[in-house]
Amino acid sequence: MDGKILEATAINKFFYNPREVHILKDINFSIRKGEFVSVVGKSGCGKSTLLYILSTMDTDFQGGLKIDGISMKGKSDAELAMVRNEKIGFVFQFHYLLNEFTVLKNVMLPALKLKKYSEQEIEHRAIEKLKIFGMDKHALKNANMISGGEKQRVAIARALINDPLIVMGDEPSGNLDKHNSQIVFDIFQKIAYEFKQTLLIVTHDPEFSAGTDRVLEMEDGRIIKQ
Amino acid sequence: MKLKLILNWDIALSLLLARWKQTLVAAIGVTFSITMFITLLGFMTGLNDMLDGLIINRTPHIKLYNEIQASEKQPIELSSVHKKDHNIIHSIKPSAGRLQIHNVSAIISTLKHDERVLGVAPKITAQVFYNVGAIDITGVINGIDVEAENNLYYFSHYVTSGNYIDLKNIPNSIILGKAAADKMLVKLGDIVQVTSVKGERIPLKVVGYFQSGLQDLDKVQSYASINTTQKLLGESNNYITDIQVKLKDMEQAPSLAKEFAVLFNVDAEDIQAANAQFETGTKVRTLISYSVGITLLIVAGFGIYNILNMMIYEKMDSIAILKATGFSGKDVNNIFMTISISIGLFGAIFGLFFGFLLSSFIDQIPFNTAALPTIKTYPVNYDAIYYVIGGTFALITTYFAGFFPAKKASKIDPVIIIRGK
Repeated sequence: MDGKILEATAINKFFYNPREVHILKDINFSIRKGEFVSVVGKSGCGKSTLLYILSTMDTDFQGGLKIDGISMKGKSDAELAMVRNEKIGFVFQFHYLLNEFTVLKNVMLPALKLKKYSEQEIEHRAIEKLKIFGMDKHALKNANMISGGEKQRVAIARALINDPLIVMGDEPSGNLDKHNSQIVFDIFQKIAYEFKQTLLIVTHDPEFSAGTDRVLEMEDGRIIKQ
Repeated sequence: MKLKLILNWDIALSLLLARWKQTLVAAIGVTFSITMFITLLGFMTGLNDMLDGLIINRTPHIKLYNEIQASEKQPIELSSVHKKDHNIIHSIKPSAGRLQIHNVSAIISTLKHDERVLGVAPKITAQVFYNVGAIDITGVINGIDVEAENNLYYFSHYVTSGNYIDLKNIPNSIILGKAAADKMLVKLGDIVQVTSVKGERIPLKVVGYFQSGLQDLDKVQSYASINTTQKLLGESNNYITDIQVKLKDMEQAPSLAKEFAVLFNVDAEDIQAANAQFETGTKVRTLISYSVGITLLIVAGFGIYNILNMMIYEKMDSIAILKATGFSGKDVNNIFMTISISIGLFGAIFGLFFGFLLSSFIDQIPFNTAALPTIKTYPVNYDAIYYVIGGTFALITTYFAGFFPAKKASKIDPVIIIRGK
C-alpha cells in the first residue's frame, strides 16, 4: 500500500447539451496501489462520467488528474492512447470483443500494440491470463462463438494483459445473470487479493461493493462518502 | 515501428475478410473500371495511331519545294529610274521559274548534319499520262529514294503485292497504285507505257502495287525510283523537286520550316499547316477516352467510399474498444486507409491484368477493310504509360475514397459509443 496510483483533484465537469448541467462537482480523491475500490451511486449521479475522465478517454473537464504521478493535462491524443495502453485495463458493461479475431488474439491485441514483448512471448502471456479464468480451452475459438459470461472473462483477461497499474470497470457484471456476475465478482476478488491488482469498479450492485476494500459513494455529482 | 505497421495491417486484413463480400464488390468495381480504362485507351489510341499513320506517317514534317508563283519583285521595281514611282502592273503571271530545287546536294547534306533532323528523303513529283490502248489516264509519278522513303515513311507497309526494293534494283520499274492498276488491267510483270508532260514516252515494268488506304490517291499515284523519273522527265541527275524532312520532334516543324525557307531560299511547308485537322481529331478522341476512363474510376471510388463508411458504422464498437485499449486516432486512421488502399491496389493489379487480356482479345478480332491493306485485326496500343496512369489513378481515387471515412473513424469518441450501450 504505497504511492498514489491515481489522484483526482477538484474535478468539475459540465454537460452543455441540451442545457448546462453540472454533472461532477469538485471531485477529490486518490487511489493507492493494491486498493480494490468501488464507486456506487444511483443512475445519473455521474459515476460513469467520472470513470471515463479517470480513464483519460474524456479530456473535457476542469481540475487535475495524475496517473502514476504524471499529470494527464495537455497530453495529445496519441500520448493518452499510450497511457491507456500501458497503464490502464478496461472492463465494460458490454464485453466489446472484436468478433473478427479469436479469443486469444483479442487478449493479445493491447500487448501487440504495446510491443514490450515479442509476439511468442505475448501469446504465452495471453494464454497464462486465460488460464487464470479457465478460458484457455477456448483460446482458438472466434470471439463470437463463446457465451456472454465467457466473453466477459476474456475481456478481463484482455484488461490484464499489459499488467496495468489499474483496472477500471464500468458495471462489469451489469449485463450478466446472477451466476455469471458471481463468477466475475470472484475473478475481481481473486485478482485483487491474489495478484494485488489495483481495481476501480463502478457498480450499482451493493453485494459487489460490499466485498471491496473501499467504497466511494456518489450522489448528484459529489462524493458523499469515501 | 515495423511491428506496429504489421499489427495495423493485421487488423485491417481481418476487417476486410470479415466483410469479404463487400470488399470483393468494391475491388471488382475498381478492377472493372481499370480494365475498361486500359482497354478503352489502348483501343482508342491504337485506332488513333493507325488513322494518323495513314496521313502523318507518310507526310514529311517539313517539305521543301519551289512553289509556282509570281516573282515578288517585278522587273520594273528593280529599275533605278522608276524606283521612286508608283508602279502599277496589271495581269501578272507566274514566272517561268523551274520547280527544281537549286543546289540540292548541298541542302541535303546540310540537313543530314542538322541535329534536329531525323532523316531526309528527296523526291520528284512528275505529272504523267499512263497510255492504255487508245486512252490516256492522268497520273502522278513520285520519284523516290526507295530506301530513305522506306526508312522514314514506311513505304513497304503500303506495297501490298511485289517487293518494294525491286523498285531500286530493277531499272525502269514502277509500283502502281492499286486502283490505277485495276483501272488499267495490268498485272505484276506487265509493261505500262508512260508519257511525261513534255512528250517523252517510256515503258516501265510493274513490280508492285501500292495501296495507301485512300482510294483517290491510289487512282493517280505511282512510285518510281528517282533515276527512272529523271529519265522520264529528261532531266539531269541533280533534278529534285521536293526535299522531305523528318524531324526528331514534330512539334518543332513550324519554326524549323521558317528557318529552312530562309536558309535555303525555298518554300517550306510544315506538317501542322498541312494536316492540322488530324491532330485535332486525335486530341479530341484521346480526351474522350480519358474522360470516360476517369469517370469509371471515380464511380468506383464512390463505391469504396460507401463501403468504408458502412464498415465504420458497423465497426463503431470495435473502433471504440481499440481506442480504449490504447490505439490512437492515427492507428485507426491507418487501419482504414490500409483497407482502402488495399482494395485499390488489388483492384488495380487485377484491372491492369484484365485490361491487358481484353486488349489482347480485341487485338485478335479480325478487322479487314479494303481501305487499310496492312491492318488485319483491330489495332491496340499497349503503351505502358496507360498502365501507369491507370494504376496511379486507381490508387489516388481509392486514397481519397478512404481519406474521409478513415478520418471520421479516427475521430470517433469511444466514450459516446461505450456509454450508448
